[in-house]
Amino acid sequence: MQSSIFYGEWGGAYIPEILHQTFSDLTGHVRRARQDASFWAEYQSLMAEYSCRPTPLTFAKNLTRHFGGAKIYIKREDLNHTGAHKANNVMGQGLLVKRMGKRRVIAETGAGQHGMACATMAAKFGFACTIYMGAVDVARQRPNVFWMEKLGADVVAVEDGARTLKDAINEAFRDWVTNVDNTHYVFGTACGPAPFPELVAWLQSIISKESIIQIKERHGRLPRRIYACVGGGSNALGAFYEYLDQDVELVGVEAGGLGLDSGKHAVRLAATDASPGIAQGYKTMFLQNDDGQMRETHSVAAGLDYVGVSPILADLWQRRRVRFEAATDAEVMAALDLTIKKEGIIPALESAHAFVQAFKEAPRLSPEEAIIINMSGRGDKDIFTIAGAYDDPSWKKFIIDKAKEYQTRADRWGDRP
Amino acid sequence: MNLRQRIEARLAVGKKFLLMTHIVLGYPSFAVNRQVVDQMVRNGVDCIEMQIPFSEPMADGPVIAKACQNSIACGTTVADCLAFGAEMAATHDIPFLYMTYINIIFKYGYQRFFTAAKTAGITGVIVPDMPPEMDDGFFAAARDHGVAPVLIFAPTTSDARMKELDSQAEGFIYCAARRGVTGKKSQLDAEVIAYLRRCRAATRLPIAVGFGIQSKEDIDALAGVADMAVIGSKTIELVDSQGAAAVGPFIAGLR
Repeated sequence: MQSSIFYGEWGGAYIPEILHQTFSDLTGHVRRARQDASFWAEYQSLMAEYSCRPTPLTFAKNLTRHFGGAKIYIKREDLNHTGAHKANNVMGQGLLVKRMGKRRVIAETGAGQHGMACATMAAKFGFACTIYMGAVDVARQRPNVFWMEKLGADVVAVEDGARTLKDAINEAFRDWVTNVDNTHYVFGTACGPAPFPELVAWLQSIISKESIIQIKERHGRLPRRIYACVGGGSNALGAFYEYLDQDVELVGVEAGGLGLDSGKHAVRLAATDASPGIAQGYKTMFLQNDDGQMRETHSVAAGLDYVGVSPILADLWQRRRVRFEAATDAEVMAALDLTIKKEGIIPALESAHAFVQAFKEAPRLSPEEAIIINMSGRGDKDIFTIAGAYDDPSWKKFIIDKAKEYQTRADRWGDRP
Repeated sequence: MNLRQRIEARLAVGKKFLLMTHIVLGYPSFAVNRQVVDQMVRNGVDCIEMQIPFSEPMADGPVIAKACQNSIACGTTVADCLAFGAEMAATHDIPFLYMTYINIIFKYGYQRFFTAAKTAGITGVIVPDMPPEMDDGFFAAARDHGVAPVLIFAPTTSDARMKELDSQAEGFIYCAARRGVTGKKSQLDAEVIAYLRRCRAATRLPIAVGFGIQSKEDIDALAGVADMAVIGSKTIELVDSQGAAAVGPFIAGLR
């Protein structure tokens, strides 16, 4: 995965002419940053000081005993500042923006994690920041919107299309073609036109650069398998990167939603619903109809709810280097519940997909072997989403009571909600 | 005659400046498309680009993006669009082009799509997300079927790249007059004029100017520096607010 812009037949840069110069400049900056050892050193020290890196590799003793198979280790990307692996990407791109001399950043966001991470980075570096978010996601992720606004970002609710992540990406591109001179588009995942897949995968590789040292220290040798959830694919690529040339099985877990037969899922590679396509600037396997129109996707985890997948992963899938599986919403809730109860660790709904597959396979592996689950983010800060997914009655009552309280205050004092 | 020859023939008969208009196929319906095209042709439009809607219209502004979304939601298929294109080209004696995004043509199959386009009498194709360096047979398939691949210049395009794009393009060059997506207003100031002179110098083909042209003043300012003006989202807004019958007088007013 070097500077070439295709990975097998996937990837490329299918961009409008107005962006040609910008991409050519960006590609040059990425190439220079990769060749300049001081960039990575600056990045590592920034992440150590600001984002708790290296993140721990936690031995999940109780889960290991529960399943009675392989030793289960959890790579704790949830302990990053802002609560997910997204911080790795945005802080790295922030350093790149400084080098490029630009003063404004824009980003798309689905669940709001990337948007929040980006707004955080912009606040720290003093950049102006606009976040594009599908109107559906704005409605279901209000707490993240609240924080993005408090961090000083403009959050724009996108009303076009399905009003979710892909529409936010389209809108961000529209902003970028209008403001290319002073603005950098902080792409959130290892998708989109080159050089974004390479750039994001490289920045996320900090995960496996740490874990490969940690697992050797703890377990004495490499793990048998690594599990990561796959939306766009950035946490998976980060977790897999340093193991690609090693004898380690790599397993990507996609959002099975309500099940493959329901049609309501986001499974691009683990089943046969997707087909090759070119959209949003790159070629990959897309969930689309026979005319090439993108389909609506579904997942309990907004961060996995996406029509495309990293071209780097599409290539690794085609070459059978990475195996893909799917976890349904129901399986995800069960794995989440078990992990919370057994380990006192609360994975994000996205990350819980990786736990599902690891739990299916761990019992069949020997206790002499180790597996790593990449916990891409924490779930406790998404309490609205997770409590909603649990359909928790006491939580619902709390929200209703809270709403009543706001209403009463509004009626009495006249401050409209 | 190919697209370039047809455009040059129109310029040769004394027309100082040509007009290209745009419709989104299936929006608000093919029946209304038919009336709008009729109005356009009768009022002297020289060329029409028909956009086959795609669910991810990255280079389009809100008006056209919304029209595309609406058309797809109403069930418009690529097959419907190809049939309508054939009907228009058979009915009216002006060049018709398809505008769309690469995925539509990629999924349909390059050979199959351009065979259909050629049979229908379509003379050109504009695909903003298919730059020549991504070519995987698209340009040859278009050319082999006599469908001109029209390429776009932008204000950020260097002189050297303009030359390179010119070597791959046929028909005419579509010069985006401003940065940004379709449907926003441009200022036709000295900078734009200088840019258009740069475009003119870089290509052997006629040049069209697009993105945001809405009035006769805009067009008068362009006479002499470009060959054709592109009217895009303005007519969609007109049809939305006043109906298909408003298009004719608007076009006539630009002349």
